[in-house]
This record gives sequence, C-alpha cells and structure tokens, in this order.
Amino acid sequence: MILVYVDHDRGEIDPISLQAISAATALDPDVQAVIVGHGGKELAGEIAAYGATAIHAGHHVDLFDFTPRAHARAVHSLIEKNSPRAVLAGGTPRGNEVLSHVAALMDAPFASECVSIVLTGADRADIVRARWAGNMLEEAVVVAPVLIASVQAHSFTAVAAAAPLSLTEFEVPLSEGDVLVRVQDRVGSSAGGVGLAEAKVVVSGGRGMDGPDAFSMLEDIAGVLGGAVGCSRVVTSAGWRPHAEQVGQTGTKVAPDLYIACGISGATQHIAGCKSSKTLIAINTDAQAPIMGFADYVVVDNVHTFLPLLIEKLKAANQK
Amino acid sequence: MEIAVCIKRVPLLGSAIVLTPDGMAIDTSKLGFGLSPHEECAVEAAVQLVEANGGSVTLFSMGHVDGEEQIRDQLAIGADRAVLIDTNGVEPDPQAAASALAEAISTEDTTFDLVIMGSESADYGGSQTGIRVAHKLGLPVVTSVKGLKIEGGVATCERAVGSIREVYTVTLPAVITVRDGLNIPRYASVPGRMKARKKSVDIKQVTFDEPRITTKKFTIPDREAKGATSLGSGDEAAAALVDVLKQIGVLT
Ligand SMILES: Cc1cc2nc3c(=O)[nH]c(=O)nc-3n(C[C@H](O)[C@H](O)[C@H](O)COP(=O)(O)OP(=O)(O)OC[C@H]3O[C@@H](n4cnc5c(N)ncnc54)[C@H](O)[C@@H]3O)c2cc1C
Repeated sequence: MILVYVDHDRGEIDPISLQAISAATALDPDVQAVIVGHGGKELAGEIAAYGATAIHAGHHVDLFDFTPRAHARAVHSLIEKNSPRAVLAGGTPRGNEVLSHVAALMDAPFASECVSIVLTGADRADIVRARWAGNMLEEAVVVAPVLIASVQAHSFTAVAAAAPLSLTEFEVPLSEGDVLVRVQDRVGSSAGGVGLAEAKVVVSGGRGMDGPDAFSMLEDIAGVLGGAVGCSRVVTSAGWRPHAEQVGQTGTKVAPDLYIACGISGATQHIAGCKSSKTLIAINTDAQAPIMGFADYVVVDNVHTFLPLLIEKLKAANQK
Repeated sequence: MEIAVCIKRVPLLGSAIVLTPDGMAIDTSKLGFGLSPHEECAVEAAVQLVEANGGSVTLFSMGHVDGEEQIRDQLAIGADRAVLIDTNGVEPDPQAAASALAEAISTEDTTFDLVIMGSESADYGGSQTGIRVAHKLGLPVVTSVKGLKIEGGVATCERAVGSIREVYTVTLPAVITVRDGLNIPRYASVPGRMKARKKSVDIKQVTFDEPRITTKKFTIPDREAKGATSLGSGDEAAAALVDVLKQIGVLT
C-alpha cells in the first residue's frame, strides 16, 4: 500500500497532491490518502476520483489551518497503523515540510522533488530527483522499509481513476509540541505580486532595463495584455522592484502562455522559473545571450528604443 | 541575542551546467563559488537582529575547506565567528548533514536563541535540513519565512502561499528557515573586509552517518532546442511581434 498526504487550503485541494496520487497508483494500485484539518473530509469524493481506495481524514479540536508538525503526526500514526511501503506528497513547500517532519520523527531518509520512483525491493528504491530546481537530475538509491518521497510539481500527470468512496475519520494523536507552530493569521497579497504565479502573460525585465523607471513600459505592456510584471534577481537585489515579482529558482515559478524577457540574460536560476512558459519572447541587445536559446521568438534590439515602438503598435491594435 | 546561521557554498552556475566525465559531480574548474540568495538573506537578518538587540552571530558551514573564502565574505558583512565542518569531499545525505550540523551547534559554548537557515539549498534542494536540525535540537521550526519580526522573545514570521501570506508566531529558542526576498543583503564594506580577516573560523572534522540516499550519477535534462525565430529589430520587429501575439491568442 502507498499512503499519499493530500494538502489543501481550507477545502481547496492542492493540484500537485493529485499528481502524487497518480504517481503512487503507478507503484501500487492500493493507494490510500490522508488529509488533515478543517474542510479536509469534504474533499474525499474528489480524492477518490483519482483512485485512492481509502481516505483517512484526520481531525482534532486544536486543528484548523495548516499546522505542519500535527499533519506529520497524522501521517506518522497511519504509517504505524497501516505499514505502507511508501509515503508520497506533492513537492510543494507544505508537502516537503510535512514529509520532512515525518522523516525526522522516524529518523528515516526523505527523497524530495522526485521525477521518477521505482520500488526495487523490500527496502530499496531507485529514484531520480531534481537538483538545482530541475536544471540537474540525480539518480539515487534510497534504502528504507518505508520510502518517504515527494514528487516534483508537474512531473507526473494527475489521471482520473474513480475508486469507490471509502472515508474513515480519525482523531490525530497530538502532543503539545505538535501545535506550537501553526498558522495564526492570514493577510492579503503583498503589493505587486498579485497573480504572478497564475498570470497568463508575464512581462519580465532584467538588468538591461537599467533602473526602475523603464519598468513603467513593462507595466503598460502587461496592462494591454492582461498580464503581470516579473523581473530577474539583479532587479530585486538592486531594489528596483519588489521581490514578489522575482521569477526563478529563489523567486516564483511561472508557467504562462506567454513570457516576454526584456534585458534578461537567461541564467540557469532564472530559466528554472520560466521554462514552463508556452511561448517565450526575448528582447536583448546581445544575439548570443543564453536566453535567446530558450526563446521561440527573439528581437535583437535595445529595450529603451524598442519597447516604446511596441507599446505604440500594441495600443493601436488594441483600439481596433 | 545569540544567533547561529547555517550557510552552504555552491558553485555559481552560468547558463549551462557541465558535469565531470564520470557524471558524479559538476565540473567546477571554471566556476566561482557563492551562497544561495536564501542564505545571504539569513545572514543579513541575523546581523540586523544583533545590531538592534546586541549579541553575536556564529556561522556554521559544511563543505570543502576552500569554503573559508565564502565564509569570510559573510564575516565581512557583520557575522562574528564561524565553524566550518570539513566534509573531506564527501557529500553527506540530508540526514547525515543535519546530524552533523545539530551536533556542531549544540556542542558550542554559546546557547543559541535562534538558528536561521535557508529554506532549501541551491544545489541539493532537499527542503528538510532545517526541520531535521530542529528535531535534533528539540526546538520548534518555522519554514520558508519571508517576513520576520522579533519582540519580547517571540518571533512573528510571514510566509507566502499563493497570493496570501500566512502568519506564524513562535517563542524562542527556535529554528527559522528563510527565503530570498526577506531583505536586501548588504555589500561588505572595506573596513568590514579588514575586520573579517581577523575573525576566527574553526575547522571541525566529523564522521558522517552512513548515507541512506546514495547518489549513482547526475544527468542534465535535455533542453529542447527551440530554434528561435528572429523577428529582426526596430519598427518591423514591433509589427511582427504584435502579429505573433495575435497568432498565439494573447491579443485579440
Ligand atoms: C542559488 C542562486 C539562485 C538564484 N535565483 C535567481 C532567481 O530566482 N531569479 C533570477 O532571475 N536570478 C537568480 N539568480 C541570479 C542569476 O544567477 C543571475 O545573476 C540573474 O538572473 C541575472 O539577471 P539579469 O539577466 O537581469 O542580468 P544579466 O545577467 O546581467 O543580464 C542582463 C542582460 O540584459 C541585456 N541588456 C543590457 N542592456 C540592454 C538593453 N538596453 N536592451 C536590451 N538588452 C539589454 C544584456 O545583453 C544581458 O543579456 C540566482 C543565483 C544563485 C546563485
């Protein structure tokens, strides 16, 4: 049996968790899911639709919003009770956090960000995991009777495979230390970062913008196309734009229909954040810049003279 | 306030990763080294807290002894001393790394109020070392923090989840892992660099636990050669670009 930790936010299911269920189904048709906290059990039907044969919904009077160590406790109690061969979760900040706590509680290894998992024996697994935010892959052997692993976002496809609904509720055995760290409050989005991760169009600027002023052109373009403004780390560390707009390994990962990179060289850490874009257009004075190798369309020009021409044409086209 | 900060030296990659012929390592012969932005922010946060509250910042780093250079860079921005755990060229797995770090932190004469780490390393990206260190030290842990305030021994931490921010509070001592964007790390000043030369860097030898995750080899994922279409430059390119936007349906 494979146990999958399903993450949700107040009853909204995390799509990467569904990808983890499909990854688990490929290892063993007997997949059970564990979901914890307020609004979790209502999701049982949705989880069963992806093939989980049993769903365990954990509750406790002290549990409402995300409480990492308590969620780990719930997973751990099911491991002890039902002895799964593996425990999976989505490779998201929360999925990785919960499984790290589980692994620490058991003093067991945790293979995070896997893109491939093969169980090769009673206590061995061959895995491939992402390093450098996916720019490099590691092939490794994990020795553990219960494999603990997270799956990198979008490495597995969530496949609907309806299983009959079997829901069990259980009280999570918590101690005081398990609820010390939990969400106390939720506040609105930080200025400027609204929807970058979900935007269909991202217009990004790098060092080539030469300062904060030229970003008003990117705001104009994003305005016409209904998109969001992004930037490189050079831009955030110079204080030209807020960090919420940084795209890349240590910023936000985006997957828009269109990514326009203006004056960005295309360092691996930046590419890690925008390589899932459907169409990438690069505007750069240097035809040899690495970003040009990732782009679908390139304009070899100076952003300061080219972008005003583009804005003019965009506005004209928009008025028609 | 006594603060421990864990930092890791990593190669500064260009636009492509080149592996050694046996596929067991990145060929770093032509690369410089630095820290992940997460850890630069960790050191900056610690230095700011000590400037405001007094105390000291001790750096813990695990890796090649040559990493002393990157440690001195961080001593130059205001950390007080450092402990370098020599890995002798072996990369410990996350479990062994966390055990060795926790051991080094707990055997210091100083008792730390706060341990700050990056949310995940740039290279391994395991997302677990901070949490494992916290378990070993018997401390609570808040991860992926992008906003931090400490008042009266309580840390208020914010982390971004989608477009909202979650707020956590935790009473010190605690472990906090942080992300790029927490602050804007300062540059070292010339006097800072001079002082850093005299600060102590203790080199420790450890025996790592047997790895439970063993690397077989590294590969570089195939990069789709897209064969970009050139739109030229100037007016003509602007018109062509507008056509492309219409074609892919982002402009109607
Ligand atoms: C561990 C780690 C994590 C990192 N995480 C991130 C991350 O999340 N996101 C990120 O972006 N970076 C990240 N970086 C930094 C990254 O390595 C690069 O330094 C950064 O992406 C470079 O930004 P840039 O392309 O704006 O600047 P540069 O590399 O300096 O490129 C500027 C480009 O602009 C072009 N240009 C200059 N003037 C003009 C002009 N007038 N018109 C048109 N083009 C012009 C130049 O030809 C050049 O190609 C990380 C680094 C490390 C070590």
